[in-house]
Amino acid sequence: MIAIVDYRAGNLTSVARALEHLGHECEITDHADKIRAADRVILPGVGAAGATMENLHRLGLDRVLRDDVIGTGKPFLGICIGIQILMERSEEDGARCLGVVAGEVRRFPAAVDGVPLKVPQIGWNRVHQTRAHPIFSGVADNSHFYFVNSYYPVPADPSVTIAIAQHGVTFCAAIARGSLVATQFHLEKSGAPGLRVLDNFCKLC
Amino acid sequence: MLSKRIIPCLDVRAGKVTKGVEFQGNVDVGDPVAMARVYYEQGADELVFYDITASNERRGIMIEVVRAVAREIFIPFTVGGGLRTLEDMRAVLLAGAEKVSIDSGAVRNPEVITQGARAFGSQCIVLSMQVKKTGARPEIPSGYEVVIDGGRLFTGKDAVAWAREGERLGAGELCINSIDRDGTNLGFEIELTRAISDRVSIPVIASGGAGEPEHLRQAFAAAGADAAIVASMVHYGNYPIPVIKRYLQEHGVEVRDGLRAERSGV
Repeated sequence: MIAIVDYRAGNLTSVARALEHLGHECEITDHADKIRAADRVILPGVGAAGATMENLHRLGLDRVLRDDVIGTGKPFLGICIGIQILMERSEEDGARCLGVVAGEVRRFPAAVDGVPLKVPQIGWNRVHQTRAHPIFSGVADNSHFYFVNSYYPVPADPSVTIAIAQHGVTFCAAIARGSLVATQFHLEKSGAPGLRVLDNFCKLC
Repeated sequence: MLSKRIIPCLDVRAGKVTKGVEFQGNVDVGDPVAMARVYYEQGADELVFYDITASNERRGIMIEVVRAVAREIFIPFTVGGGLRTLEDMRAVLLAGAEKVSIDSGAVRNPEVITQGARAFGSQCIVLSMQVKKTGARPEIPSGYEVVIDGGRLFTGKDAVAWAREGERLGAGELCINSIDRDGTNLGFEIELTRAISDRVSIPVIASGGAGEPEHLRQAFAAAGADAAIVASMVHYGNYPIPVIKRYLQEHGVEVRDGLRAERSGV
């Protein structure tokens, strides 16, 4: 069973629908015991880093994720805000995050070389796979994925980055370390390649 | 770099697509879910559904359509038409829409843009506007005026000023629909779209007038649009989405390769 962590964010159900479409059983839950007992854990969602961390803390799930899920090597997938809160801190709300991956979260610049940059980036962007990883099995390099974000992760150790994209700056679009995987793009809204990555996580990670 | 988005638009009345739509093959013409699936498989980057159901009591039917679409379509889709309150928006978002489009309701009550952005995030809120060229004058310096209620009521609002106001109030995207071009197949209203995209920093969607792939190239290259709405040119089967995308690619426009997506085999 796959646990989708319910921390009161908007689009948990779209991830659940994508998993159901792929034939994987899942449950949206905020129960610590169910999350501990799950085979895999997914933290999806759009939202602000500060509010997400506050909600996780209020529900007692920040420690569960850090110690009982990621800390024990249980397969974990973070999507969008779910990649950002793995870092130590975010420029958004000055939030302190889970800190399971060294690094920080930065805001896209308002302009690059005097040319205004649209922030948030909303839309399809090419994702370049910088390192072979089972999560990208069957997904062509430079495939488009759907992004909605104003901030992006900057891991301190560049070797955790498995994919990058360009929006004014070159930014980290996906990371992996052991059984921990996270993407800045929305797998549940990225058509066939997004579903393929989600399926790979359920089967291969 | 973000690719330019092609967004087929479906008008839905009481659960059925209203415009005469002619697909090749075994598609149940008029079934919004079946049509959404076809466009999804063709590589549409997003979809938009406008609920043109007149009465409130029948709005539940649209919610069912949204739920059914969300179970099968794994790209973003927007729902608009008659949304006035936070509760209206919440209902379609919970049913599985990625974004809501607000139009006349936002002109009457601009506060609803801010409320929606606070509750669901700016990325969920598309401010859509119907625009007519009525000529430059002191209250309409751009010469383009916002109209509501299906084009019947002139608001005295300048379209460029309203676009900027919408951005300030929290809209995440702007959809600019030219009433003068709508249904003409003569191409988008480039001057209007350019005037707005030059003055806002959020994505701009061009709407109204798309008749051939070159019209989309103009919207992207000359008008600075980030996305373009297509209706009859795709509904009548004249220009399948892969054909439009190939044309754009050949003319230097960055688009998502939908065929690549199909090959990955899920």
